[in-house]
Parts: sequence; C-alpha cells; structure tokens
Amino acid sequence: MEFPADLKYTDNDEWIRVEGDIGTTGITNYAQDQLSDIVYLEIATAVGERLEKGETLAEVESVKAAAYIYMPVAGIITEINEELADTPEMVNSSPFDEAWMVKYEIIDPAELEGLLDMTAYEKHCQEREH
Amino acid sequence: MIEPLIYELSSPGREGVQLPEADVPQTEFPKGLTREGLPLPELSEIDVMRHFVRLSQFNHGVDTGFYPLGSCTMKYNPKINEDTARLPGFAFSHPLQDPEMAQGNLALMYGLQEWLGEIGGFAGVSLQPAAGAHGELTGILIIRAYHLDRGDNKRTKILVPDSAHGTNPATTTMSSMEVIEIASDERGNVDLNALRGHCDDCVAGLMLTNPNTLGLFEEHVTEVIKLIHDCGGLVYGDGANMNALLGVVRPGDLGFDVLHYNLHKTFSTPHGGGGPGSGPVGVLKHLIDYLPDPIVDVIEEGNDEVPPLYGLVRPSKSIGRVKSFHGHFGVAVRAYTYMRMQGKSGLRAVADHAVLNANYLRVRLRDTYHVPYDRICMHEFVAEGCWEDAPEVHAFDIAKRLMDFGIHPPTNYFPLIVREALMIEPTETESIEMLDAFVEAMIRIAEEARSDPEILKTAPHNTPLGRLDEVKAARQLVLCCRPAETNQS
Amino acid sequence: MAYIPHTDEDRRAMLAAIGLERMDDLYDAIPQDVRFPDLNLPDPVSEMEIMGELQALSEANLEVQHVSCFLGAGAYHHFIPSVVDHTLRRNEFYTAYTPYQPEISQGTLQAIYEYQSLMCNLTGMEVSNASHYDGATALAEAVILAYNQHRGKRSKVVLSPAIHPQFRQVVRTYSQGMGLTLVGDESLDNGVEELAGMLDKDTTLVAVQYPDFFGRIEDFSTLGEAAQEVGALLCVVVNPLALGLLTPPSDFGADVVVGEGQPLGIPLSYGGPYLGIFTTRKKYVRKMSGRLVGETVDNRGQRGYVLTLTPREQHIRREKATSNICTNQGLMALAIAVYLSVMGKHGLRKVAELCYHKAHYAAEQIAALEDYSLWHDGPFFHEFAVTCPRPVAEINDRLIDYDILGGYDLGQDYPILKDHMLIAVTEVNSKEEIDDLVAALEEMAHD
Repeated sequence: MEFPADLKYTDNDEWIRVEGDIGTTGITNYAQDQLSDIVYLEIATAVGERLEKGETLAEVESVKAAAYIYMPVAGIITEINEELADTPEMVNSSPFDEAWMVKYEIIDPAELEGLLDMTAYEKHCQEREH
Repeated sequence: MIEPLIYELSSPGREGVQLPEADVPQTEFPKGLTREGLPLPELSEIDVMRHFVRLSQFNHGVDTGFYPLGSCTMKYNPKINEDTARLPGFAFSHPLQDPEMAQGNLALMYGLQEWLGEIGGFAGVSLQPAAGAHGELTGILIIRAYHLDRGDNKRTKILVPDSAHGTNPATTTMSSMEVIEIASDERGNVDLNALRGHCDDCVAGLMLTNPNTLGLFEEHVTEVIKLIHDCGGLVYGDGANMNALLGVVRPGDLGFDVLHYNLHKTFSTPHGGGGPGSGPVGVLKHLIDYLPDPIVDVIEEGNDEVPPLYGLVRPSKSIGRVKSFHGHFGVAVRAYTYMRMQGKSGLRAVADHAVLNANYLRVRLRDTYHVPYDRICMHEFVAEGCWEDAPEVHAFDIAKRLMDFGIHPPTNYFPLIVREALMIEPTETESIEMLDAFVEAMIRIAEEARSDPEILKTAPHNTPLGRLDEVKAARQLVLCCRPAETNQS
Repeated sequence: MAYIPHTDEDRRAMLAAIGLERMDDLYDAIPQDVRFPDLNLPDPVSEMEIMGELQALSEANLEVQHVSCFLGAGAYHHFIPSVVDHTLRRNEFYTAYTPYQPEISQGTLQAIYEYQSLMCNLTGMEVSNASHYDGATALAEAVILAYNQHRGKRSKVVLSPAIHPQFRQVVRTYSQGMGLTLVGDESLDNGVEELAGMLDKDTTLVAVQYPDFFGRIEDFSTLGEAAQEVGALLCVVVNPLALGLLTPPSDFGADVVVGEGQPLGIPLSYGGPYLGIFTTRKKYVRKMSGRLVGETVDNRGQRGYVLTLTPREQHIRREKATSNICTNQGLMALAIAVYLSVMGKHGLRKVAELCYHKAHYAAEQIAALEDYSLWHDGPFFHEFAVTCPRPVAEINDRLIDYDILGGYDLGQDYPILKDHMLIAVTEVNSKEEIDDLVAALEEMAHD
C-alpha cells in the first residue's frame, strides 16, 4: 500500500496537506481499507469554527464499523467538502484526493512538527498488520 | 422476492374482520381533527394467516434446530410457559386495577423476586427492567444515586473490561458517567495491574460480566471486587451469563453489589425474534432503598388460614420508574413457571449440563479451531474462525456455511479481543447427538476451507435467500413501503 | 430430568472426553468458600402440578373478561382477532432471536419491515425503528435523540402536564444525570399556548400527548410552528388506535412520534410486555436509537431484508452509542403487524369510530346525572374525566359489586383532581354495560 510523500500523517490515520497556511485533511488509504465500504459520512463542524488538535471533525460509518476523524492540528475551518455526504464511497475510491474532508487555517505551524512523515506512517501501518 | 409484502397482497374492498355495528347513537366527529382514508392494507383473514405462516417458515428458531449463539443462551423454551402466561387472570388483568384485586399477580411477582434474590444472593429485586440493557441502566443509576446520596459527588468513572458487551460502555454513557476500559490478561481475566492503576476516589463502580464473554470464570474475582470496594466503588454484575452459576455460586456472596438477570436467557422465556426480554435487577442490602419504583412487598403478613396481602411499594430513595407499570409481567409468569418446575435441584442441573456441554464442544473442537484461552470454561467458549493455511476464509464464511447444515451460527466477531471470534454456547438442553453433529459439521467446514474455500465464500447455498447486500441496504436506505395509491401519486 | 436430555452414560462419556471425573470438577475456578450454596428454594414440580398452582394464582386476580372494564389510563381492553395469537405461537417466530443472520431470519426481518411500514403510514412519519420497550421509554429515547441532535448544547425539555404521569416519571429517571431542565408539567393550566411560551433557543424538545392523558384531542399545529421557530423538536405521544380516526401528528409538524403500542393487538397482561412506538423524520434517522430493518437484495438477485445502520448501536459504537438498547420488542411488533394487517383500512377505522361513539354516549349519560359533570368540554377520543360527588376509590369499591371495573383515580397523580375519575370506553363495552355503569353511578351519588 502506498502513501503520498508530500503529506503528513497521524497515528489515527488522518492525513494533512499543507499549502501555505492552509491545511487539508482526510483519511488514509489504510484507514478506508480497514473500514471497508463506507456508507455514511458526516462532517461535524462548520465553516468559521475553530477546532483544537484532536477534536472531532467528522464521523464515518461502514456496514460494520464507525470511526471518528480528528483534527491533526488546531485550525479555523475555511471549507468543507459538501459532496461527501451524498457520495461517501469516494472515501474508498479516492481517499487522498476527491475525499478531502475539511480545509482550515493552521493556527500554530509548530504543531505540524509532531506529525508522522510517509515512512513513519507506513511503519505504523505495518506494525498493526501483525 | 420470496414472499410479497403485506401491502402488495392488498386488494381494495377486502376485509379481515367483521365488527359489530354501533349500538349507541352516533356523535359527530370533531372538525378538522379526523383523517381521510387510512393508509393500511386490505386483506381477508386467510391472506393474513398464510402470509405470516410463510414468513415464519423463513426463520430458524430453537424449535427448528441447534442455535449455539454465544452469550444469548438459546435454550429450549418449555411449551407449558406459553400456556401459563396466557391464563386469563394473567393475560387479562389491568395494570392499574386495585392491587387487592391482583393478589395472584403480586404473589407471583413477589415469589419471583424472592427466588431471584435467593439464587443471586441479593436482598432486594426489582422486576421492572424490560431487558438486560435496561437492567444495566437501572443498576448504574442505582450506583450513581448511592454515591450522590452520601455526598460523594466526584465519583463519575465506571471501569469496564475490554471483553465486555457493548451495552456496558453504552449504559455508562447513557447514565452520564465516564467509561474507563480495563485490559484483559493472557488468561482472559481482568488485568489486576491495569485495574489497580485506575482505582481511586473517582471510581463509581466496575461493570463485570462473570463468567466473562470468553466463557471463563474470573479467576481473581475476589481480588477484583476487593480492589473496587477498597477505593469506595461498587461492583455491577452483568448477569447475561448467569446460566452457568445456578446453584453453583451466588454473585451476592462474591461481593457483587448489584446484578441484572436475563429471564429470556437463564430462565427459558422465549427470545421472541429479539424481544420482549426481561432484565430484573438484584441488589445487596445497602442498595435496596434505591430500587426502581415500585417493587412488590408484603403489606400484611399472612398466617395458616389467610395468605399475606401484597402491595406495590416505593423504595424510600428510589431512582424512579424505569418503565411504565410493572415490568414485563407476561415474561415473569413464564420464568416463574420454569423456576418452579426446575426447583432447587433442577436449577443446579441446568448449570451443570450447560457447562458440561460447552466443555465437551471445546475439547472436541480445539484441535480443529484454535481456542485462545483454553481452560475449563463455563457455559460457553470462544474459538478462532481462521487458519493460516486458508487465508481467504473468515469467521463470517464459517458462519454462513453452517446454515447449510441446518445450524444457526455462533456469535461472530465478539468478543473483540479474539480475532475472527466464534462464540459458542450450546446450552444444557442439547443432547450429545446434537453436539456431535455440530462437531462433524464444523470439522467438515474446516476441511472445506482448505480443499474448496469457494464453497464457504459463497455460502449459504441451501437457504431461501443467499448472502444479502448490506452495503446497498445502508447506502440506499429503504426503510418502509407505502400503500399502492401513494406510490402512484 | 425435564428439558435436559443427558443420560448417565452421556455424562460419563462427556466427562471422560473433557478429562474430568466428576461434574463438580467443572467449577474449580470458583472460590471454594462460596461454592455450591445451599439454596432455600422449593423442590421441583411436574407440568401437571404447576398448571394447578398457576391456575390458582391466575384466579386470584380480577380479569377484564369477567367484568365491564372502564379502566384505561394508558392500557386498554380491546378486541384481539384470533389470528394474532395464532401467529405469535408459531415456534419459528417466538423461539428465534435478533435476526443477526439474515439468510435464516427473513421471517422476523420482513415482519419488522412491515411493522415499520405500518407505523410510518399510521403516524404519517418517514422512518420507524423496530420498537422500544414501551411508550414511556420511547418518550425518554425521544428526549435523548433531541439532545444528541443538538449535540448536547440545549438543555431544556418542555413536557405537557397532560402526558401520562408514568411516562414523565420515566423521562426524569432516564435523564437524571444529563443536566437537563424539565419544565411545563408543574401545572395543569399549561396548555398549548403556555407551553409554546416556554420555548426558547435552549429548548431541545417539546412533548405533548394526543389524545392526551385525559382523552382530549387538539390541534398542535401552532406548537409545531413555535418549536420550529426556535429549532426545538416537537414530539407527539400518541395512542396509535386513535390514529385510525384522527389526523396524523405529521400534520402538526411532529419531528418524533412515540406511543404505547398496546392497543394494537397486545393483551393487557398486567402491564407488559407492551411496545414503544418510535417514528421520526428521515433526517433524524442516524440519531435514532434501536434496531432498524432495511430492504436490499441477495447474491441471487432476490429482494430481502437486513438489519441496517447498525454502527449507530451499542455493539459497535460502545461508549459512543446514543442508547444502550440492544433488542426490540420483536414478538410484540409482530403482533401489531398482524393486528393492523387483519383489521386493515376499514377495520381499524371502525374500531376507532366505535370507541369514539361509545365513549361519547357514556360521557353524555354521565354528564346528565345530577351529581356528576365532565371536567372538560372540548373534543375527546375514548376517554374523559368526570367530576364525582365522592372519592373515586369509594365509588370503585362499590362498582365492583356490580361487576364493573371503574375508571382511574386522577387524584393519585394530580392532587387538584381529587374526586375525578378517568373513564375509558372501547369497542368491547356494550350499550348495556354503559347503561349499567351510569345507573350504578347515579345510585351511588344518592346514598
């Protein structure tokens, strides 16, 4: 399983793409594979809201599981992906691109330092396989 | 489609019952408050009867075949229970009639309270909770009320082992308490060190299922309970697995402060396709005053000539009502019938044979299916439904394939701490011949997993329907059908 | 030994296979000091004997088939067609459990799907769950739904004082740790207008009953609008049988409809098991607790039914689930599905009309008596409150001598309604029974 090198990751399987002071977040390929067919997604925040690192930004459900998606770093929500509510299966088909969930203004770039890079995250996934 | 929906069988103008004409003068209906036409189907009685008989034939029940669904205690439901519950004085008495005119019901309820108390080692019992989960809510609210009543306001943590039923953590949240998950050790017990680390003056209590969901009796139960009591907490017992303990050990003697029973598991009342259950709660003496309102008590002692007078009484510090009226009385009649017929010796024999059957299956299957916590179990055990040399096959496939042998699959994917879990509970009412037939089917499935995995992956083959598309059901929600005319409009 | 098939030889063979000598060896893990208590329980009895014992207990009760029953207050004596119990006695239905394995549970699943459909159509709502324990717990679950819908940010619940007292008690029990403020039911004077006046941006739910506890019926449209204005949910507690005649609560803008399902084919059975109706709008389906059945197809292309949206539930979501409910009232839901199918479009309407006409006849006759009057003069369904010339308990004590089970003593729950009796009349009460009741009441006023 491959993971984009230009992203940062959390050990709860969120990714973050940083462009200037804007972060974009969704869940990883590994996470969608573990959940299997995603049937429901609810963004639990709104544009303009400030969420702290670790606060819930979305909930997803497959047939057999439910998962909560958390903010990798603190941010003020600038955009949410409205399309996902109607097509949650995009999380399965395009986790790193079309199925981004929220964009936000990063409040403290120093928080990015604590996140995993591709290699560290890949290792984290392999460890859980066994 | 294997059977049309009731609305699809409807024919305009057809009627299923004949009702008498009004024998009183008619009164005008209130303006603006009545509806036009009722969106209900139109069928004759035979259409209805045949429809539901056909539907019943698509079901597997205990009376159809073996049903080793772990943690659900699918024992045989004696037919006499159904007859006693329908005796007219029980089935046609009104919950609000004067208790003096319901003395038979109250005597029965009082008797059941007493027997449940005796079996569990508890001083007080409420029959009000409608199901196991409802009993859990009742019990945790009692624990909460107890601490608050003593001015002990900071106890908000409930400790829950990781092997617990999902209802335990959900109940805790519903009672506005915080869940702290406790790990299990390598023998399937509560990890004492993990537990010790969480015992402080914020602990309201511990929810403990014993035997636990691995079917194992908690080996350190005395230490576990002492740890909780020493830090000022109370211990809640999830009595889902009480079948193994009848006449063997009383949770109250072990120090459990409060426990729920499942009449629909342990005491043979039918599961009804998912309910009604009944989840009475027993408590030690210090919690009696907090029981739900009302309980049945003796108002005037009887003597040789006159029976006692029973009444409904509100415990002084009651958490309140948890449901309307007096609980699932009809279920209580069935449980009473069963307990009375089994008596003291019969109830012990129930536990003995439930445990014997589970252990027999465990030893006969363990060479074929890995049993991760392989020691003498109680009423059930958990095996793994997967093999390294058959990587394609999962517990799910084994479950589906078992249906082709006319057997209801064990519980799968629970408890969460065993991978590909198959939780097997045979109950005491199954004979050695049935158990052997199950073992043979399981062994054959294990062989197929290597020789012809496809037959498992595509199972079941002999059922009216094949595997159902649960993803479609969840993505394109179709949750009800409308009558034909509304569909067209 | 009844219900245990093991012979001595079976036991020997099985113990040998396990590697144990005696049955008692199975329990080595249990602390010795408390093992094998000597229980104070009676000895076993045979099937023949138990029937006699239980018949005696049964006969020690008054039962509504042998008296004229005018007692309701949330549990009603109605006619139940035979086909209902014949279906409930089908072993395949009542000895099955929750339909976890859809391929061998289509009977239960389709019956629940039909129950859900019948409930949606009767209440006018879009989604029904597979049922709650009873009407009272369904109302408590409605409060929890609203609370979660508002993400715990609204803390006020407005309850009409005319909701069944026991339902309100159960809501208070369920919510005791939730930090909610329950208002509205402190005074019987709080009608629709007053309740609407209590709604604000902190209100999560307002609940009313229809017909209310006193049998009264009214239009709740303005309350529905007021609730919508502040973003609160409107919950209507119904008697489903009354909906055979009355405008469905969906017309009032109800967000949740709950109710006691007992009138639809479930015997009185001294208060249970009954069934809690829970229907709502599709937009709240994810916040709704309880089992839910949905339509799908199998791998052979056939239509079938499965439990769906299960990740809402406790076995998956654990401490994050909104309710701990595990089962539904499966067999009771089946009873209602059969009852509504056989009564059908015309039958249910007719039963509701009979209840209405007979209750109005009774009310008119009682109101004409010198010392009795109706407490309320607006529209009602099949139950009404009567102001009596003496304590209700006294009247009821005397009525029983005439084989009449009198109405409910409202003073028990509403001190202001001392000497007020709540009388229920259904299709099973003949004109003769009603006339006898009226005559007895009249006689009693005079001596």
